Order: sequence, then C-alpha cells, then structure tokens
Amino acid sequence: MGAQALQFLAAGLTAGSIYALVALGFSIVFNASRVINFAQGEFVMIGGMAAASLVGAGAPLLLAIAGAVLLATAVGLLLEKLAIERAARADVTTLIIITIGASILLRGLAQLVWGKGIRALPPISGERPIELLGASVLPQSLWVLGATLAIVAALSWFFERTRAGRAMRATAANRLAAQLVGIDVRHVLLASFGLASALGAVAGALIAPIAFTSWDAGTLLGLKGFAAAILGGLGSFHGAVAGGLVLGLLESLGAGFVSSAYKDAIAFVVILAVLFVRPDGLVGALRSERV
Amino acid sequence: MDSSVPCAASASSAAPRAAWPRHGGLVLLALVVFALPLAARNDYVLDVAITVALNAIVCVGLNLLIGYAGQISLGHAGFFALGAYGAALLSGRFGWPALAALAGATAAVALLAWLVGRPILRLKGHYLAMATLGLGIIVAIVIATEDGITGGPDGMTVPPLAVAGFVLRGEQAWYALSGAALLLAVWLASNLIASPTGRALRALHASEIAAELAGIDSARHKLMAFVVSAVFAALAGGLAAFHAGFITPAKASFLHSIELVTMVVFGGMASTFGAVVGAAVLTVLPQLLTVLKDYEMVVFGALLMATMIFFPRGVVPTLAALWRRRRP
Repeated sequence: MGAQALQFLAAGLTAGSIYALVALGFSIVFNASRVINFAQGEFVMIGGMAAASLVGAGAPLLLAIAGAVLLATAVGLLLEKLAIERAARADVTTLIIITIGASILLRGLAQLVWGKGIRALPPISGERPIELLGASVLPQSLWVLGATLAIVAALSWFFERTRAGRAMRATAANRLAAQLVGIDVRHVLLASFGLASALGAVAGALIAPIAFTSWDAGTLLGLKGFAAAILGGLGSFHGAVAGGLVLGLLESLGAGFVSSAYKDAIAFVVILAVLFVRPDGLVGALRSERV
Repeated sequence: MDSSVPCAASASSAAPRAAWPRHGGLVLLALVVFALPLAARNDYVLDVAITVALNAIVCVGLNLLIGYAGQISLGHAGFFALGAYGAALLSGRFGWPALAALAGATAAVALLAWLVGRPILRLKGHYLAMATLGLGIIVAIVIATEDGITGGPDGMTVPPLAVAGFVLRGEQAWYALSGAALLLAVWLASNLIASPTGRALRALHASEIAAELAGIDSARHKLMAFVVSAVFAALAGGLAAFHAGFITPAKASFLHSIELVTMVVFGGMASTFGAVVGAAVLTVLPQLLTVLKDYEMVVFGALLMATMIFFPRGVVPTLAALWRRRRP
C-alpha cells in the first residue's frame, strides 16, 4: 500500500511537472496579451516529434532535444510576428480563434513532415527502473523532475532579477503604465511567445520517452496545461507550477485508486469542482469588477 | 468574453432600418434554402447542405450566448452529442417514437444546462471558457468509456426517423426538414434578439454591473441564453444522429466544440446571419479542401488565421460595414 502510493506519487509528480511547464507557457502568454494560446499544446508536440525525428536521423539525443526546442521557439516567434502582432487591435476572442487556426495549421504541418504514425524518443539515461523505497521509478522521471526544478528556478531568477523579466512582469501588471515607463510591450509580447513555445517544447521532449508522441499528441496535454494554469490562477507564476503538480498528483492517485478508465477526466472534474467553489482559481485573489 | 467586443446590433440604427435585417435577412435565407435544391439536385450536395443547416442551427443558438450575452462556451459539442446519443438511445434501445425521443433528449439536455449553468455562469472570461471546456470533455470521455450503453469509441447505430409509420428517407426529404428547422431557428433567434430579453442580453454584454443597476437580472438572462443555446445544439444533434444513422464520440470532442465556436466567430459575433454564413463556409470548405488530401489541414488552418487577421470582427459584420460605407 505504501509502496503503491509512492509509485503513484512518482508518476503524478512526473506528469505534474509536464503540466506545470505547459501551464507556465499559458500564463506567460496570457500575461503579455490576455490571450489563451490554444496552439500551446502543439509546441509540446513539436518538441517531442522534432526531437524524435532528429534522433532518427542520427543526431545525438541532447542535441536533438536542443534542436527541437529551437525549432519550436522559432515557430512561436513566427506565430507572434506573422499573426498575433498583425491582429493586435482585434478583440481577445478573435485572437483566440487565430491561435486555434495556428494549432490546426501546425498539426497539419506535423502530419505532412512527420507522418501520421506514433514516434518514440529514447530516454536520456536508459530504461532500467531505479528502486526507491519499494517503488520503481524510471530514470526519465527523475530527468523530468530535475529539469522542471531547474527551469522553475531559472525562470524565478529571470522574472525577479533581470530587466527583461521585470519588464514582462510590469507589462502583465499594467500594460499602459509599462508603456509609460518606456517598456516596449511589443518586444514583451514577442519574448513571451518565444519563452512559452520553448517551455512547451522542453516539456514535449521530456515526456516523449515516457508517453509516445504523435502529430495529435499536443491537444490533450495542452488542455491539461490550461487546466493547471486556471487551477493555480491564470497569470500566476507559482500558481501555474502548483496547479500543474496538484493536477498531476490528483490524476495519478485518482487513476490508481478510483478509476483508470476516467484518468483523463479527473483533471477536468477537479477544475470544475474548484471553479464552483473558488471562481478565480486556488491562488487567484477575488477581484471586484469595475464598471 | 470581453467587454471590448463591439455590439454589432447596437441600438443606434433607426427603428425602420432595424426591422429590415430582421425580416429581410430571413426572407433572403428562405430564398437561398428554397433555391438550392433547384440548382443542385445531386445527393452529395444535398447531404452537405443538410450538414450546413444542422451546424447553422447550433451556431445560431451559440451566437445568442457568445455574440449577444458575451459568454463563451467551449463545450457545446457536449450538448450536441448528448442530444444525439439521447435521441438514439431513447428510440433505439427504449423503443420511443422518434419525435418523442428527440423531445425527451432535448428536454434532458435543457435540464442539464439549467442545472450546470447556474454555477458555471458565475464564472467570467477565461475561467468560464475553462469550465465549459471541462464540461464538454467530461461528456466526451463518459460517452467514449461507457461502451455498454453508447458503444464506446466504435459508436452506435441510430434507427431511422419515423413519424406515425412514415419513415423519413432520402436526402431531399431530409433537406426539406433541416432547411425548415434552420428557418425556424433563425426566426426564433431574431425574435428573441429583438425582444426586451435580447436588449437585456446586449446590455449585460456591454457591462454587467451597469445592466444590473438598470434592473436587469443578469444571472437569469445569461442562464436563459445558455439553456436556449444548449437546446438548439441538442436538437441539431438529435436530427444529425437520425440523418446519419450512426454516431461516434467524435461528435462530443473538444475539437467539435472548437469548430462550432470558430463558425460563430468566423461569421461574425452578434450577427445571426453571420452565424449561418460561418457554419456554411466552414462546413463546405473542408469538403472542397479534400481534393488537397494531405494539405487539407494546413490550408484550412492558414485560411482560418488569415480570415481572422483581415476580418477581425468576422466576415459578415466586416463586409456589412464596408457596404454601409460605400452607401452613405
């Protein structure tokens, strides 16, 4: 029982780390633009698929992952430059539909380039499970946890200490005031799409050795990342991380102890239950509406 | 979802002109619906036209919620699928007459929408989007998992639509039925929009607090728009199930919900005919693009993005504005 619970805990933290990375991408783009980027899941897919195809072409694994992240970042920057920036004056709903169009386009391109089959990526350090207090943990899970920890630490440093990071936080807090103190919010928007797509691709390349990847693998991961961002309060940095981990844990424990057939539904049942009780997420402060 | 959405049907136009789009548009739509079978008599075209009409019914209802009340829903495929599966189960498994099955399924969906609508519509903006999305996905997963009842991922067959021993067969009869249903839906929606209820919906879209100060019960009006849109979706779903004779959980999927919202925004929010145009274009376009085979998704995605970049308010309101500017 104890070992089994530990096993679920490890699986939950692994999935939760991935959700956290995707959720951070949602929150970063939301902060810069108030837009929910429905193409976020496709960056996860690109990360996994591009890395797998580069490895297939003979590239060393870490180089392939780096290449995949670069590719996804380039796609994210292009999406912002060619589509979001051009429609800057459209309302939020229209921008969301544009990101939906981008997600269809990217899935179509992935099908063309990488085919409709399922791909696997080799894990970073072997497949032999490590015994840990009676639970067996894949080395790749440790890589997921470690990489997420490192990324969250690096991002906190970036947002707290660097000029660029502070400019992004200032824009999130008040766009007009940020412009008045000389921050170029267009650069912030571009940077946030680049950062979010890179985070998505890292998540995709990390999870691909555990769960297979395919051209349509991004949709559900993207939606769960969105749920994690909402759970923690959309736009909140720590909220996104906490939301991802909580969601991953609940999903894993729910699948283990309640019903594995409904594993994918658990995240959404949780989010509905939370929203009914706290309409602004777990961390989000209740705000009053202004006329 | 954002108060910056312009109200296309603002009260600024003078009263006699306001009456024109209401009835003129309906007459125009009726002409198109009647003329189409004269121009194209083959079953494939009629089959696509039936799908257009059924999608348009969902979009006209969804537009009441998104375009007029300003409340997003990313889960309406769930209501569509519940209407479809409900009608299929009641008529196929429990032997109800087809119309009773359709009515029963729609009533059940209305009840469900009314029950979940109360807590869900307290949410705003992206939180509302998340909750409706979650609701739709839960419906989709339940339908795909409970294979003892629904046939699971393989789907289930639906008996034909029979009324008092007369079986509705053939694409022409189905076209007549779905065309009539669409006209009825547009007529109902136009009347609702022109009524005090429609005015209240537009007011709470512009500012919920200001509307409440003016004495509008915003919670009640939002719930009504939500239930009406769910009923339209369930009815269209039930009809689609009888027409196809077969349903799969794909009808409940998140992608189908997104498709429906995209139709509304593409055509133009707060424009009933925009919703019809959006449904028509985005239903016919993939049919035309099948000749592109592997490039279908790429071209569809690119066209969708380009349209929303160049017609940010949707096709119909943008073109209508251009037309008005041409004729001062």
